[in-house]
Amino acid sequence: MSEQVLLRNIDNPNGHKIETYEASGGYQGLRTVLRDFAPDEVIEEVKSANLRGRGGAGFPTGLKWGFVPKDSPLPRYLCCNADEGEPGTFKDRILMERDPHQLIEGMVIAAYAIGCRTAYLYIRGEYHLSIDRCQQAIAAAHARGYLGANILDSEHSLEIHIHKGAGAYICGEETAMLESIEGRRGQPKLKPPFPAVAGLYECPTVVNNVETLACLPHLFRRGGEWFASIGPDHSPGPKLFGLSGQVKRPGVYELPMGMALGEMLEVHGGGALTGKFKAAIPGGVSAPMFPRSAFDVKMDFGSLAAAGSMLGSAGVIGLDETASIPVVARRITEFFSHESCGKCTPCREGLTWAAKILRRIEAGQGQPGDVEQLEMLCGGIFGNSFCALGDGAAWALGAALKHFRPEFDALIAAHSQAG
Amino acid sequence: MSDARSLADIKSDLAAQVQQVMTRYPTTRSAIMPALDLAQQKYGGVDGLTYQAVAELLDVPEIWVFEVASFYSLYDRAASGRHHIRLCTNLPCLLRGAEALMMYLQQRLDVGPGETTEDGRFTLSAVECLGACEQAPVLMADKQYHGDLTAAKLDALLASLADQPAEDLS
Repeated sequence: MSEQVLLRNIDNPNGHKIETYEASGGYQGLRTVLRDFAPDEVIEEVKSANLRGRGGAGFPTGLKWGFVPKDSPLPRYLCCNADEGEPGTFKDRILMERDPHQLIEGMVIAAYAIGCRTAYLYIRGEYHLSIDRCQQAIAAAHARGYLGANILDSEHSLEIHIHKGAGAYICGEETAMLESIEGRRGQPKLKPPFPAVAGLYECPTVVNNVETLACLPHLFRRGGEWFASIGPDHSPGPKLFGLSGQVKRPGVYELPMGMALGEMLEVHGGGALTGKFKAAIPGGVSAPMFPRSAFDVKMDFGSLAAAGSMLGSAGVIGLDETASIPVVARRITEFFSHESCGKCTPCREGLTWAAKILRRIEAGQGQPGDVEQLEMLCGGIFGNSFCALGDGAAWALGAALKHFRPEFDALIAAHSQAG
Repeated sequence: MSDARSLADIKSDLAAQVQQVMTRYPTTRSAIMPALDLAQQKYGGVDGLTYQAVAELLDVPEIWVFEVASFYSLYDRAASGRHHIRLCTNLPCLLRGAEALMMYLQQRLDVGPGETTEDGRFTLSAVECLGACEQAPVLMADKQYHGDLTAAKLDALLASLADQPAEDLS
């Protein structure tokens, strides 16, 4: 087992308390930053460590921070995306419940780098314990001088406010999240302008995921070189993977990126719940699934993209031989159909239609031509909606049809023969 | 909900907390979600009178409040039972038997998804991912998560909730 960095306090029942955090080196990274680094130097260090966002897209974090205009007279905002809602994904909840000070320290460092004095922590409303623990962590950090005015006697000041989500997956999309904080329906906005230029309240804004921010204290306490030495060159740093579905040992695991999907499922997930694996989804339900024959794919941003899927939220869902792929595809499509914000016609109507066809096939009412119809719908949705929700849905369904078409055909043929 | 309460009662109940929440944001509009959340914690749901109260407290058009209340799934706009059971039916839970547990709950409570039992004790909902897939199948009863569910665990949970008062309702 490699060193546990983000999860080093995971089994400590007092891991959420500031005393535990400080005793394990907590807030030393922040002290180092405020003592030794100018804001621009923080950005350069994050760039050279090659920290890539852990929310889904894998965008280089330092580069994103660097897009914030230096000369803007407007306030800058930092928003932490803790709206984790992609089925198969639960790593951010674990961080917030069990070791929330990593996130708070990371937010203070990120805010320093971009010159921000007010930050919002957008946590999904179902995560009551995360909300309580982060609230306690904010209060404890305030009491110790890590938050508020003149942090650790520096000129850096920051307030963090929690904004509770209220049950809308789309608010994990960054522009939708900003709309939600502004008190509107969470519907995505066309980019550009990107949030770094015109985000929250039309001000320069950085949106980072919980895990991304939680990496920062460690990166600065132990140095960018140490960070870059973990895992492959193009995807360095500690990484959390959520294993769920039909695996024997579901849970959140900290592993270097670059491990083979099959090894992750067999060695860490404990193998298939019954029999063998049939397929796996590598990064939350929007990431296209792989059949078992492709389980040697490496679990990092570049390798998964090259293989036609993505690391996404690193929520790995194992499917064993008892899983029906048409049922899996139906449930994934129903999810995206339900969670479509309704703004774009291809996503709103296309996914409703696709879910209807998939329910019909499952109920034994499939018709010849249904698979072609579904493929046509995927093509009509992909690339034709504002945000990644439609793309993800079409991409996921397309992979199920591509790798497991005989299962769909068999269900349809059984009906045709019966008729 | 606010059946017996007047607009003035609701405004007076929420005023101090809403004022406090408004200080976190540069615009009053941003306080709509937190204000609706406060109303829901106080009354167990939100309705037309609460939209009006929130709109007046924040000095924003009532339609802005309604737009938000009707978009987000956690705002209960219909009267809920004393306990709200939200069973996740998404993929990781489905793969570990959530659909069968949903059927079981429907039979036990004699309601469909989205309905409340005749005695007003339970509302049952099928929900999208609760973000606790390592405990699948999982549900949220009021504010509490319960994972690795089986029919026996559901029986025990229903029994333990049956006589408990609802949380956070004044």
